[in-house]
Amino acid sequence: MTGDSAVDEGLGETATASRMPPAQDVPAAIEVSHLTKVFGGRAAVSDVSFSVAGGEVFGFLGPNGAGKTTTVRILATLISPTAGSAVVAGIPVGPDRAAEIRQRIAVMPESPGLYQRLTVTENLEYFARLYGLPRRQARTAEALAAVGLADRAHDLAGSLSKGLRQRAALARSLLNEPEVMFLDEPTSGLDPVAAHEVHGLIAGLRDRGVTVFLTTHRLEEAERLCDRVAIMSTSLRTIGRPDDLRRELFTTSLGVTVAVALREPGRVFGELPAVQGWKAASTPAPPGSGPADYVLTVSDVAQAAPAVTRALVAAGADVLSIAESRHTLEDVYLELVGDEQGGAR
Amino acid sequence: MSASIARAGAVIGKELAEFRRNRLIVTTATVLPVVFLIGPTASILNIKAGAPSTTLDTRVDYSLFLPLLVSVFVPSIMSAYSVVGEREQGTLEPVLTTPITRAELLTGKAAAIFMPAAALGYLIFGVFVAITQLAASPLVAAAVRHAPQLPAALVFIPLLAAWAIWAGLAISARVSDTRVAQQLSTLGSLPPVALAALMQFKVISPTFGLVAALAGGLLAVDCAACLVVARLFDRERLITGTGPGRLIGKETHSVGNA
Repeated sequence: MTGDSAVDEGLGETATASRMPPAQDVPAAIEVSHLTKVFGGRAAVSDVSFSVAGGEVFGFLGPNGAGKTTTVRILATLISPTAGSAVVAGIPVGPDRAAEIRQRIAVMPESPGLYQRLTVTENLEYFARLYGLPRRQARTAEALAAVGLADRAHDLAGSLSKGLRQRAALARSLLNEPEVMFLDEPTSGLDPVAAHEVHGLIAGLRDRGVTVFLTTHRLEEAERLCDRVAIMSTSLRTIGRPDDLRRELFTTSLGVTVAVALREPGRVFGELPAVQGWKAASTPAPPGSGPADYVLTVSDVAQAAPAVTRALVAAGADVLSIAESRHTLEDVYLELVGDEQGGAR
Repeated sequence: MSASIARAGAVIGKELAEFRRNRLIVTTATVLPVVFLIGPTASILNIKAGAPSTTLDTRVDYSLFLPLLVSVFVPSIMSAYSVVGEREQGTLEPVLTTPITRAELLTGKAAAIFMPAAALGYLIFGVFVAITQLAASPLVAAAVRHAPQLPAALVFIPLLAAWAIWAGLAISARVSDTRVAQQLSTLGSLPPVALAALMQFKVISPTFGLVAALAGGLLAVDCAACLVVARLFDRERLITGTGPGRLIGKETHSVGNA
């Protein structure tokens, strides 16, 4: 369940460094209050409340049938809620102002939904006309350039690869310069290279100040891209920044690897005030034999790591590594919905 | 208003472009009229000089009726695909997330089918009449030229096409399978054809008054059908396959069917 990969941690830090956490005083782009949707007596979404700040990249996670797409469709005014309310781009979701909301948002469904017999440009210009946009040709060209599809502008949409179709669909979503963009499984079915390209495009949306509501199954994707995530399973299970969720669900720990198993690990670790507890990560090797791993429960990694290093050196141990054991978003997800899904099978 | 016209115009342009590039649609829209043209034309041209007047009348009735079916079946097939087809290929949902209203979308789709269908109907009749006037015996040519069904058919072509389109769109907006939509749409387009058939075969005499009355009635039915289709076109049903859900004791409001 634990994911203490230093490589993952490094990537995560790189991605997190470019993240701009939304300021507290930024007005909400989406506000959802007690939202419920029932289909034929079965609740697809049950009493869900959350808000998304303007400019935030918000991840909406959950297993199949968790109500993610239904929530997106309600917020995009495609279907009506059974109960509850929502505000999108400052406009209450309801029949009176649905067209106004649609003018200010964009939705990229899981399927790109391009007209196969029309060229990429024709597809985009059609939508530009539906939005009633001025400078249609220029905006189409700009949107295609933004996703790196300018050189395929006159190709039939049906001749594009799946990754390029996703890009074209994303370009279509950029046409009306939306305040809020809903991306429903944008990398579903894409190979790693194409998915990586889409990640770059989503990061570009953040730079443009677009609020992104991203539903995905790919937890590493959410971890890399999202400021905050919500985990759904019909009702909302949890919401917060990935780091905060990890802290809430898991204790902070240090992973220690030494070249030779310690003779008295209890004496080395037990006397350190910064260490609250310790255990061998696997079946301990006999003292003095091969390498051994230990997991130390600590409250503050920055304080504990130097103290542990000093204690190990003083005990004559050959330290191979000391690193914070990071729990991934996948650990959080599995902790919250894994048992439920396993039970359902 | 201008925004609505522009959006409906966008739908018309897109639909016509798709028709042009879909070989199956072009083939169907070409072969069917040709078949309905060849049979009646051959039947008329094959009338021997001195044939009894009953034979002449029967063949003229038949020949003027069959081409009328072109303006029913072609739009029926095209409109049946119009909504459910988009839903199947995943293009409907992105369109429904734009500010387009259902009236704009439906008007655009209907107009895009109506224009080629009506034009095709008139073309078939024009070609048929031209051939008979040029190639048939003078007696047969005069019989076709003076048949009371001819002006009646010209009046009914656009009205039957409009009915077939609205029936097709209504069915297309409510079913989830293209094949079912096309079969039901063909059946749904038949009732007014039956009425036209009674007149074409002189079961009821196609006088000016009767034609005008029937045309007025069919026009009214077409307008009513337009309104019914607009009501049947429900965003939620199209997206999810079901109508709005409801919690007992809670009000449900419909979103975005403007």
